[in-house]
Amino acid sequence: MSGFLKSSVGQKFLMSVTGLFLIVFLAVHLTANLFLLFGDNAFNTVSHFMETNPLIQIMQPVLALGFIIHMIYAAILTLQNMKARPQSYNKFEQGHSSTWASRNMFILGALVLIFLVIHIMNFFWKMKVSGSPLLAEVDVDGVMMHNSYALVAGLFTNADFGLVYSIFYVLGAIFLGLHLHHAFWSALQTFGWSNNVWRKRLEVVGDVYAVIIAAGFSIIPLYFLIFM
Amino acid sequence: MSKNINLTLKVWRQKDATAKGAFEDYKVADVSTDSSFLEMMDVLNEQLVNEGKEPVAFDHDCREGICGMCSMYINGRAHGPDTLIPTCQLHMRKFGDGETITIEPWRAGGFPVIKDLMVDRSAFDKILQAGGFISINTGGVPDANAIPIPKVDADEAMDAASCIGCGACVATCKNSSAMLFVSAKVSQLALLPQGKVEASRRAINMVATMDRLGFGNCTNTGACEVECPKGISIAHIARLNREFLVASVKNL
Repeated sequence: MSGFLKSSVGQKFLMSVTGLFLIVFLAVHLTANLFLLFGDNAFNTVSHFMETNPLIQIMQPVLALGFIIHMIYAAILTLQNMKARPQSYNKFEQGHSSTWASRNMFILGALVLIFLVIHIMNFFWKMKVSGSPLLAEVDVDGVMMHNSYALVAGLFTNADFGLVYSIFYVLGAIFLGLHLHHAFWSALQTFGWSNNVWRKRLEVVGDVYAVIIAAGFSIIPLYFLIFM
Repeated sequence: MSKNINLTLKVWRQKDATAKGAFEDYKVADVSTDSSFLEMMDVLNEQLVNEGKEPVAFDHDCREGICGMCSMYINGRAHGPDTLIPTCQLHMRKFGDGETITIEPWRAGGFPVIKDLMVDRSAFDKILQAGGFISINTGGVPDANAIPIPKVDADEAMDAASCIGCGACVATCKNSSAMLFVSAKVSQLALLPQGKVEASRRAINMVATMDRLGFGNCTNTGACEVECPKGISIAHIARLNREFLVASVKNL
């Protein structure tokens, strides 16, 4: 087993497993977030479910572990790759033979990480740890719950920084979409589930998913910016 | 339509494996566009010899696209600005009059420079020695048709076997990964019944040797299959991954 995790294919396998797990998480996250478009009661109910459902509580540390493994192995593999070419080319043409996103997965990942840290500070940290006056309990159909909707709306409609945050969140979604463009089919290629027929199908599925995620997450700040 | 062109060559010169190395500019006049790239290099070397200078060392052998010895990185691309060919099949009609052509050796930790444009590709031999073979039973020659093999499999194994081991995949990969080479050498045997005996040992040992020799990790950019002179598909890399993962599970 230790031999497997020391091999290049084994380490890439870990990247792929955690990557696909994070792809599934994104679908859940986007689904919950889109309830923001249906008003405060709808989103607060979903948010309350996420805060109280036992399965979600179990999955939270697993999710954190998924992120950490994905990032650690990304750093290890990228360092090895940089060492594999001690002297670089004077002239190195790459544009015709590979996509920009596929060559810059580490940079895109790092940009998404920067977004993730600020994103956690904006919402998760306030909901779980520090609290916020905006989160004061509200009554939805007789159940008392955090007013998560007010926290989200407060960020994007803030008179001073609302526009900055909205642009920042749209950029985050775009970087994530570019990362996903190469992520899905690449993960399955590493599992060995690809050939000349399936590759095209997997690439289409991955691209459609990347667009849905990038557009879906962008709609939310834009909605608050334009309609609220 | 033959015409003659004048060129400036920016060539990597390096005395030996330990020397630092630097680019040198050379002018070559009246090069026929009908000549091949290697013939143009021969003209340059003749010129250098006549001037009493050291000729440029570069690898070449058959000059008909099947031996895999040529290895030049020309204007930022492995085997130059054409597809599905090694350098010997590159013609000067691909270049314009007055153009400056940058010529570099393969750049990869696994392929150290021996001299000028020559690199040491014996790492590929070591990978093959680790598992790129099948057991041979001595005795009478078996009947060629005794083992039925589906045409599709035979064709795909033959496609993989067309790898000439030139190293363009490593040279062109942003990570200097040798996965396309290794996958071709695994695929050509994995698809055939004769290759089943050592299948799991082969995948594990060849990948381990590849990792040990300092090649990078494949990130599936697909650049290798575009620059491969034999058009080897990265579908073979998927097969190698499959073989490796199955073998790892069996070894648990």
